[in-house]
Amino acid sequence: MKIVVCISHVPDTTTKVKFVNDNKLDETGIQWIINPWDELSLTRALELKDDPANGIEKVTVAHVGPVGAEPTIRKALAIGADDAIRINATSSDAYYVAAQLAEVLKNNPFDIILCGIESSDFNGSTVGGMLAEFLGIPSVSSVSSLNLVNGEVILTREIDGGKETVAIPVPFVAIVQKGITKEPRIPSMRGIMMARTKPILVSEPVSLDALTEVVQYEMPKPRAACKFVNPENPAELITLLQNEAKVI
Amino acid sequence: MSVLTFVENWDGKFKKLTFELVSYASKVAEMMNTTAIALSIGNVQPEELEKLGKYGVKKIIHIANEELLALDNQAYTSVITELAVKEGATVLLLANNNTGKALAPRLSVRLKAGVGSGVSQLPLSIDPFMVYKKVYSGRAFAHLTIKSPVRILTLAQNSFELIETPNDAAIETITVQLENGLIKTVVKDVQKQTGKILLTDAEIVVSGGRGMKSPDNWGPLVELADLLGAATACSRPVSDEGWRPHEEHTGQTGKIIAPNLYFAIGISGATQHIAGVSASKFIVAVNTDKDAPVFEAAQYGIVGDAAKILPQLVEAVREIKSK
Repeated sequence: MKIVVCISHVPDTTTKVKFVNDNKLDETGIQWIINPWDELSLTRALELKDDPANGIEKVTVAHVGPVGAEPTIRKALAIGADDAIRINATSSDAYYVAAQLAEVLKNNPFDIILCGIESSDFNGSTVGGMLAEFLGIPSVSSVSSLNLVNGEVILTREIDGGKETVAIPVPFVAIVQKGITKEPRIPSMRGIMMARTKPILVSEPVSLDALTEVVQYEMPKPRAACKFVNPENPAELITLLQNEAKVI
Repeated sequence: MSVLTFVENWDGKFKKLTFELVSYASKVAEMMNTTAIALSIGNVQPEELEKLGKYGVKKIIHIANEELLALDNQAYTSVITELAVKEGATVLLLANNNTGKALAPRLSVRLKAGVGSGVSQLPLSIDPFMVYKKVYSGRAFAHLTIKSPVRILTLAQNSFELIETPNDAAIETITVQLENGLIKTVVKDVQKQTGKILLTDAEIVVSGGRGMKSPDNWGPLVELADLLGAATACSRPVSDEGWRPHEEHTGQTGKIIAPNLYFAIGISGATQHIAGVSASKFIVAVNTDKDAPVFEAAQYGIVGDAAKILPQLVEAVREIKSK
């Protein structure tokens, strides 16, 4: 079995974002990371490969982005992916990214395709499902566990108010959320050394129009200053919530 | 032309989120001089379906196929696409929850429709079709234009008020033809959370962080939540330590919630935590460190130890509730 993990490259989640002319991210000083949910997906893929009984031959990472994203791809290889595919395009929206991934994956079939449920930049939660639809294969979303049991894929999918245990035939796309693994795997020194020589296949994009476009960014409106209640009289807080905020 | 909204049911019932969706769909339809239609799949009684009419939809399509009781993303996509085309939908609305996130992207490709995810207010304009949405996990907002003739929106829960515009909505119950072998998802087991208020549905949430010091100290926090009819939540370190179940983790990688009132007890308020709760209408913080970032996000705060403050909050709530 072969697994591919689609990874996105996002600003570190603690970075304060700024924009140039209100329509372009100011990249000065930004630390780029693997999107947190994609990192969890990659970790789970590698855990599955670690158990020979699962018969996973290879874990590949796929990314849509220009050459500048290669440090992020190398990090994924250092964590343990065997090889990588980079589609040499600047992502313009989720539909564009999913279509590019689908083009490449059509010609390089995988059994399990993993995508993080969301990227911490555009918060769209759409690439994984779009990719499955472009490929015409099943998808399971909000996946919080993934196991191979006697050759069958068994997943947990979160539903509003509970979970379901679901079986799905390969090939399919799992759209992964928290819970899939405990903690993201950290690259070892040996992993970092080995990553330098692991192959990155660069593929050129197909011509395609995005369906959406960000025309303007705005910063969140500043919140009113916090009103402090005397710690000797916490009951005052409840009075304020009842009479001033009127929320209880 | 129409605005079509897909409404999920939970054991045959709708919930507040459903009525938020139909209220929103009716408003968008009004902006576009067209009508709103609700689409329900599954086992829902006519009395329950009728409730949708109260919020302005003109027609309710009910698909009663037995084989569609469990969610299969491909089968649901086919059915919703067929109805969207038949009804000439130019806007398709879903909830930004697990089911909406599973279906919206597939529908996007099927209908070649751009997606605006997690919107919390009405479109900024119809021509061009532009929505306002959170980006960078709440550190910024974007004006997003959707250029395709059909647009898909997913609505954030608890972000849009219920608007009653009673209507005699017609209910059309139909069964659809499903292609053989289309359904691939096999549901082997369902584990439902019972007797507890769902975190994502709750209007009040009481959440604890590392400042609670030990999993043994949760008693008064749970008591406060019970008295307020609130759900309990926690920060990431607390769920990572196993003090509380991971379903309670609120924050960027956990649950994103928007209650009316959020209590952050012993939570310092790292960017990633605030990303999950910043859409709350009011945030209350209790923390020993007066410089903790959580106070920048909060409207009300107490600088003090949770262990000392919580029992007094419990007492004060008990008192107002007894009046």
